[in-house]
Amino acid sequence: MNLAERAIEPAPPPAAQAEAAPLAPAGPPARHPPREQPAPKPWLQRNLPQVRALALAVLSLLLFAALWHVLTENRVSFHVRFINVPSPKQVLEKAEAAFKSAAFFEHARISCRRIGLGFIIAAVIAIPAGLLMGRYRLVRELVAPIVEVIRPIPAIAWVPMSIMLWPSNEESIVFITFLGSFFPILLNTIAGMSAVDPVLVRAAQSLGASERQIFRKVYFPACLPSIFTGLAIGMGVAWVSLIAAEMISGQFGIGYFTWEAYSLVQYADIALGMITIGVLGLLSSLLIRLLGSLLMPWRS
Amino acid sequence: MLNLVSPRSPTGPSPRSYRNDQGRIEIDNVGIVFDGDRGVHTAVESTSITIEPGQFVCILGPSGCGKSTLLNSVAGYVAPTTGEIRVDGEPVRGPGPDRGMVFQQYSLFPWMTVRENVAFGPRISRRGAPTPEAIADTFIEMVGLTRFAKRYPRELSGGMQQRVGIARALANYPRVLLMDEPFGALDSQTRAMMSENLLKIWAEFGITVLFVTHDIDEAIFLGDRVLVMSASPGRVIADIKIDLPRPRDSDLTVDEGFIRYKRLFHAQIRQESLKAFEQQNR
Repeated sequence: MNLAERAIEPAPPPAAQAEAAPLAPAGPPARHPPREQPAPKPWLQRNLPQVRALALAVLSLLLFAALWHVLTENRVSFHVRFINVPSPKQVLEKAEAAFKSAAFFEHARISCRRIGLGFIIAAVIAIPAGLLMGRYRLVRELVAPIVEVIRPIPAIAWVPMSIMLWPSNEESIVFITFLGSFFPILLNTIAGMSAVDPVLVRAAQSLGASERQIFRKVYFPACLPSIFTGLAIGMGVAWVSLIAAEMISGQFGIGYFTWEAYSLVQYADIALGMITIGVLGLLSSLLIRLLGSLLMPWRS
Repeated sequence: MLNLVSPRSPTGPSPRSYRNDQGRIEIDNVGIVFDGDRGVHTAVESTSITIEPGQFVCILGPSGCGKSTLLNSVAGYVAPTTGEIRVDGEPVRGPGPDRGMVFQQYSLFPWMTVRENVAFGPRISRRGAPTPEAIADTFIEMVGLTRFAKRYPRELSGGMQQRVGIARALANYPRVLLMDEPFGALDSQTRAMMSENLLKIWAEFGITVLFVTHDIDEAIFLGDRVLVMSASPGRVIADIKIDLPRPRDSDLTVDEGFIRYKRLFHAQIRQESLKAFEQQNR
């Protein structure tokens, strides 16, 4: 018998058991006397938690729509006024019309492009800056004061300044979006750096890694979870900033669409714009979560 | 009798990879003083020790006696205040791949699989014969974890993680292996098995091992030589040769010779612990 083999712990790790379990009924009973194999559970029984969660989600959305319907159809006015609020039916009709027009999709497309640009530029600058600030005290002490002064200014407050700074309206809106997502990403990256377990750095040192290799192979992957927290928060703030900027200055974008609907007394379009913003925000945060699980397979 | 690295590939690790004249540690008048906020603290009082190539030396002492500090200075993480540490005549100036380190806490990179963790050192040193992964696989086999090569550390038990830690340190072909209470966080059955396994690996490689522990049984079971340290200031109060036959297995722990050593160390440690305890209460 192989002595090294014998040294394996008596208890396999929980993950090993978990993986072995679903395979067990399929495998041939090699050494054990044949015993009755339990019939595989039906699909519904195995996926009950997921099915349940999905059913409840659909139910809760339906209840919300029903409440909305009742309040608006009856024109309830009890301090909060639903008199002018469009009903779900009206919004659906408007949506049908909007989905046939190119203009609506153009608004959505322009907003997505602004988010994409502002957010990606923010990530590309904030992540390396955060890594460097987390690692080198000189950089941190030099840059942190600027960050601390600028950070409390909401991105919206930058709108007039941004219009002055940038030659085109488009650039100034992208800049606002950039500002909104920049600080959450930066601060979370710095926080991630300060939480890196020093024993991992010492292990890499004793294995012969250079400063650069430690940065790339230890600090960066160790920070990834925090970086993704920052990206998720940053994406949320980016949408807030973008919509506000579009409402204040602009001729395009889903925020502009929503505000214009109010000016033109197209009340159903207000709700349509809001729902579109919500869906786009949800999709973009799902995208970040997907990217995170692809880049960090060890966490799932 | 040893069938540790079963079908050994010609390129795999072998005792020949280690030269028996390598791995001499000289701790030369080393004193370590920390100048902290709460005043000056002497962690290690001037100490001189020479460890011969291939020796298995345990540093035994109560917690806070400076044994880990001494080990960390050999590793290069802590610079001695006075004196010098040399490995094969070369002064230690910082951490380096010639001194493999196994930590008390789990120190595997969580984002790397077992294989990637063990291949880390060979990849960095570009010791490419034949590939870092092939070197990793041989060492993973040596600690009996071939089936788990593609797993991530958090999927392994504590004992398995420490075995990967040992494989990772050895895959770099260091001159010495430094171990800082590596089995401290494990349950006693796993500990006993880990100790036995470590001795087999050591017998195979003949590498110099410096092993820090507070566990008397562990020190006697493993060591050729046990250095007993006392607390505040940390200093070596005894240097005892363990004259027990090798190879050793768990039966040894009930052997009369073993028990005699145990009594000896108990008396010493007890005295030191009492002293430390009284100092804390003052």
